[in-house]
Amino acid sequence: MSLVSEGADYRRSFSAGTGLAEPSLATVGDYFTLMKPRVMSLVVFTALVGLAVAPGSLHPVTAFTALLCIAIGAGAAGALNMWYDADVDAVMTRTSRRPVPMGRVQPGEALAFGLTLAGFSIATLGLLVNWLAAGLLAFTIFFYVAVYTVWLKRSTPQNIVIGGAAGAFPPMIGWAATTGSLTLEPVLLFLIIFFWTPPHFWALALYKTDDYARAGIPMLPVVSGDTSTRRQILVYTLILVPLGIAPWALGYTGAIYGTTAVISGIIMLILGWQVLREQRPAERASRNLFAFSVLYLFLLFTVLLVDRGWGGLIVRLAT
Amino acid sequence: MSEPHDDDGIVLTEAQKRARRSRSIAIALALAALVILFYAMTLVKGPGVLIRPI
Repeated sequence: MSLVSEGADYRRSFSAGTGLAEPSLATVGDYFTLMKPRVMSLVVFTALVGLAVAPGSLHPVTAFTALLCIAIGAGAAGALNMWYDADVDAVMTRTSRRPVPMGRVQPGEALAFGLTLAGFSIATLGLLVNWLAAGLLAFTIFFYVAVYTVWLKRSTPQNIVIGGAAGAFPPMIGWAATTGSLTLEPVLLFLIIFFWTPPHFWALALYKTDDYARAGIPMLPVVSGDTSTRRQILVYTLILVPLGIAPWALGYTGAIYGTTAVISGIIMLILGWQVLREQRPAERASRNLFAFSVLYLFLLFTVLLVDRGWGGLIVRLAT
Repeated sequence: MSEPHDDDGIVLTEAQKRARRSRSIAIALALAALVILFYAMTLVKGPGVLIRPI
């Protein structure tokens, strides 16, 4: 039996005993957890940068509305992911305490919650901001849920490479919210996050291999082994670092961003090299790369925002 | 001998009642926020928001 059909069986057996005859004990906090607030905060941050550095102006209330819709849309994708992945979440230590595997939220409730949030966030973004941004948000939710969660995650070790696109769209949505169009610059922001995702998640997977193997998720270290994963981490880092520098090289940003991108890029490369040279059971290099990769992305986007004069955000809020 | 019947339906426990009440309040607040958001955005967009082709 395939992992996917086992998941479906799990959902059927779970919902069979938890219909309306079993009143829910789910709290507001459980529903908030379904929205993956930590992921949501990164999505909001990168969308804010895309929205702020885009040329043109956006009224602060409209900007707030756009970010709120993007945040809720990300939360919807998170809830739908937790609905579908409840079976594998239950066997992984990192995710076993999520509301659905714990039985605090029924799978049907998570599904309804996710679909409702998705519908409201897309419609509100379209009606109040613009339909290009709404279309991109709808595609992002679809990509994360249908392409990554349902299809790729359980079927290929390239799951997070392709699925990473879902996490890379928010700056493009932010940009589209301000301008109503797309150019090369938001695509660059997309590519930075897209190529950042594999080294980030594979560094985590290297020291969580057993967890993924137990859940039957074909992460690269589980399928291809440590050595191949370490090599691919370095390859993706080698692509990522020039992309991180590209906004400065192409003249979109100033020297502050350029210096930050070069220095932090060199550190990423050193850490990627250390991961390649590291032998198990030592895990220090993988943990270091995972931790620094979060800082790297945060640094690039923060400095981009500062370097572009906060994208006129302060001026907009003051007027 | 009387037949067992379930006229009372499902009786919620105190914990279930508390959870339902907190969820109901959250839904009410979310709907109120949505109304305020649409009202504020209508003001931001100005009178032009009412000028739509039929």
